[in-house]
Amino acid sequence: MSNTSPSVVPSGAKPKPFITPQRVLVYTVLTICAVFFLFPLYIMIITSLKNIQEIQSGNIFIPTMTPTLDAWEKAWNSACTGLYCEGVKVGFWNSIKITVPSTIVSIIVASLTGYSMANWPFKFSEVFFTILLLSSFIPYVVMIYPLVIITRELGIYSTLPAVVLVHTIFGLPLLTLLFRNYFASLPQELFKAARVDGAGYWQIFFQVFAPMSVPIFTVAVILQVTGIWNDFLFGVIYAGPTNYPMTVQLNNIVNSAQGGKAYNVDMAATILTGLVPLAIYFFSGKYFVRGIAAGAVKG
Amino acid sequence: MHSVSVKNLTLKFGSAEVLKNLNLDVEEGEFIVLLGPSGCGKSTLLNCLAGLLELSEGQIHIKGKNVTWAEPSERGIGMVFQSYALYPQMTVRGNMSFGLKIAGLPKAEIAKRVERASEILQIGPLLDRKPGALSGGQRQRVAIGRALVREVDVFLFDEPLSNLDAKLRSELRVELKRLHNRLKNTMIYVTHDQIEALTLADRIAIMRGGIIQQLDAPQTIYNRPANLFVAGFIGSPAMNFIKGATVDGGKRFTFGDVSLDLAGYEGGAILDRPKAIIGLRPEHLTMVDAAIPGHTIPAVVEIDEPMGADSLVWLLAEGRQMSVRVPVEHRPAPGKLVHLRVDIAKASLFDETNELRI
Repeated sequence: MSNTSPSVVPSGAKPKPFITPQRVLVYTVLTICAVFFLFPLYIMIITSLKNIQEIQSGNIFIPTMTPTLDAWEKAWNSACTGLYCEGVKVGFWNSIKITVPSTIVSIIVASLTGYSMANWPFKFSEVFFTILLLSSFIPYVVMIYPLVIITRELGIYSTLPAVVLVHTIFGLPLLTLLFRNYFASLPQELFKAARVDGAGYWQIFFQVFAPMSVPIFTVAVILQVTGIWNDFLFGVIYAGPTNYPMTVQLNNIVNSAQGGKAYNVDMAATILTGLVPLAIYFFSGKYFVRGIAAGAVKG
Repeated sequence: MHSVSVKNLTLKFGSAEVLKNLNLDVEEGEFIVLLGPSGCGKSTLLNCLAGLLELSEGQIHIKGKNVTWAEPSERGIGMVFQSYALYPQMTVRGNMSFGLKIAGLPKAEIAKRVERASEILQIGPLLDRKPGALSGGQRQRVAIGRALVREVDVFLFDEPLSNLDAKLRSELRVELKRLHNRLKNTMIYVTHDQIEALTLADRIAIMRGGIIQQLDAPQTIYNRPANLFVAGFIGSPAMNFIKGATVDGGKRFTFGDVSLDLAGYEGGAILDRPKAIIGLRPEHLTMVDAAIPGHTIPAVVEIDEPMGADSLVWLLAEGRQMSVRVPVEHRPAPGKLVHLRVDIAKASLFDETNELRI
């Protein structure tokens, strides 16, 4: 460089200025994005900690001097959804009851299907794969009414099994695709070696492949848990009022008008509802990225 | 009884025939190398033997038993793969005992076999490590150990040394030979490396396009290649090929102004062939200063490549490129006119029309 003093002899790593136009740009964009997502969260949290008088007095951006968890307690235990006043905790347990079995069943079925497709090709397995691929692009809405009839005919409409079944079915295309690509990306010689060792379909799956597939199972769990937890439509259609998931309950709390709007309770209930997916992303983000990179891109 | 016997094996992928009506008999305790360029079907044949690929036609017999429809584990084979294919989440011990556990062997027997194999391969100290913590050479030893503990009659090797660096490769090559001398099992070994083939094999099967071109002892393959492909494939640096014709009732080979005396050629009836090819290995030619009519080819030195022990000299003879291997102290100056003395007893003649050795 022309402005370097002649006494500096170039040696080792070239010194780089800390502030460069690229860095300024990158950090500016990142900051704006972060604020865009964090600011609403900030308002929700501070509002949920205020009492109703403070909220009505305005000053939406200013945190309260006397924070209270009353609104949280109310949201969890006694907020009203139409007739009942039992808070979102009912919805929380309903959501757990829906999410856990749907996630487990769909992952078991999808991982076995993906494994079969990748390693035990059968007649027309590629055709099935194509059908699966295409079906993951069909909008859900088209299948709602047929599924209402199917679950009605099965005698499970408006029950927990119905909503679990629907979530399992809709999870399958994408998950199978994910697992098939992941298993196809594992070295074929490993599969051959296991076959020479005498391992069969189940032994190869459980003893050789499954222990190598922690990242993709993590991704599948995250996708399913967040997807099913955040679902509103299937919950409201198939679950029936006693089994409404947390999202539906939240909506009912926020929309049921009894006297003035309790914004602090609404905010607290909303945060409570969003907490599960948030926590999952928080604790498994690393695996999520690793698994996505391993399964989706390499496939 | 043959150890392994392949009968009229044909394998098709769709309409493409990868292996064509292939026959191969392997004797008890023999070390057979399947050698050929990529895509010649050598690995495919090995996978068929292992039972990992289904045949389209034909049969496979191992130890006199027809195993054509048998599962890989029922065939009495052990297999070693190029990428080692070790189970990453299991320890070395776990890798070696996995197949035995599945077979339901008693624990004491498993421990005994793992012990013996690890002693033979000197991997005792590694038994409790995971494959990820091993070097390439160690991993391949473990992979061999996994085949060893099966105590089978036939070992199949699918390019086991190709992923190793040159030094390790030559070390493990010697070890494999030692292992074979000790165990006396039948071994079938796939490689594209002719040095491995020449050093290890009792017999080499050279393959091209799903057909075995020649099946013979290494020296026979080297000295008496059955056809032009084998002659060109085996030997590094490659054999010199000169197109010409045989005349005088097969007594002389002529090209350009050169005429070579064929007396002493070891092969069939030469006859007069207007289109013939003579193949001369670089190490079977010697450089002399004076022409000997009927026995030398005049050539002009172009460049030389010293290789340490000897030197490869490239020359132009009648406009054709030729190479000669010379002791390093005899390196000639570029541009010099020399004469290449031909040892006709070591030469190979081919008919250009069908490419077969005469």
